[in-house]
Amino acid sequence: MAILIQFAIGLVFGLGLIISGMSNPAKVLNFLDIGRIPAGTWDASLAFVMAGAVAIAFIGFSRVLKLPRPFFAERFYVPTRKDIDPRIIVGPAIFGIGWGLAGFCPGPALTALGFGSASAFIFVAAMCAGMVLARFIANLPTSARVATPTDPLET
Amino acid sequence: MTATSFTPVASLLGGALIGLSAVLLMWATGRIAGVSGIVARLFPPYEDRAFAGRFAFVAGLVAAPILVRIVTGGLQEQTIAAGTPVLIIAGLLAGFGAVWGNGCTSGHGVCGLSRLSVRSLVATITFMATGVVTVFVMRHWS
Repeated sequence: MAILIQFAIGLVFGLGLIISGMSNPAKVLNFLDIGRIPAGTWDASLAFVMAGAVAIAFIGFSRVLKLPRPFFAERFYVPTRKDIDPRIIVGPAIFGIGWGLAGFCPGPALTALGFGSASAFIFVAAMCAGMVLARFIANLPTSARVATPTDPLET
Repeated sequence: MTATSFTPVASLLGGALIGLSAVLLMWATGRIAGVSGIVARLFPPYEDRAFAGRFAFVAGLVAAPILVRIVTGGLQEQTIAAGTPVLIIAGLLAGFGAVWGNGCTSGHGVCGLSRLSVRSLVATITFMATGVVTVFVMRHWS
């Protein structure tokens, strides 16, 4: 049952991407292309997608998070970090370059797969490789950890 | 570059559906609807037992256009201008950056901003900025 519900929730997300036009990379790129503003051919649609999504999620989250627990899980897993570390700038900076190169971000690229697009398939395969690589590097022991003696008596 | 028409009403409505999906996922599983986090955790190392649910969510994303085609008999046209080498580089960068920065357009842009997260605001401003610069360089410098 929980699995079926999550499939339906993914379906709603995908329908939102299609109706909003965001599954089409040309629309995303025409938003990011601020050089079109003077000519009047700029496509501001993405800002309206964000506005609609944030408005609903802002109201919805505040209500759902008042519940004692989620319907299918023991507790809520809401991020609590507030620090601005280098990774929260470096990661999105790299992500934005990839986004701007093709007009695809992870959600729309997956939905574009369902359009039967070979280009989306190539992007998604490369994206998964990038993700696995990032997790691998992030999980490597840091030099500080390596330098820590395993035997406390050695210090 | 292909011209696209400005669609404020459809985009606002579609955006609302995306927001609704994020709220429903929080209600059901207690988790953020961050597509990059969900996809990245389909691969090892596995930290929990939520694989099947994540796979189902991704399957729903992929199935959406198939459903639209069955119900309405057609799909809007998509224009993907990038060639294979650009798609590969773009995918690698987007995948790596999303995991390195703990989120993408959905996790930081939609869910994070809705929770008034300062980290997500910083992330969203950063990827919007580098996205704009990338498109500017690609389209207007060459």
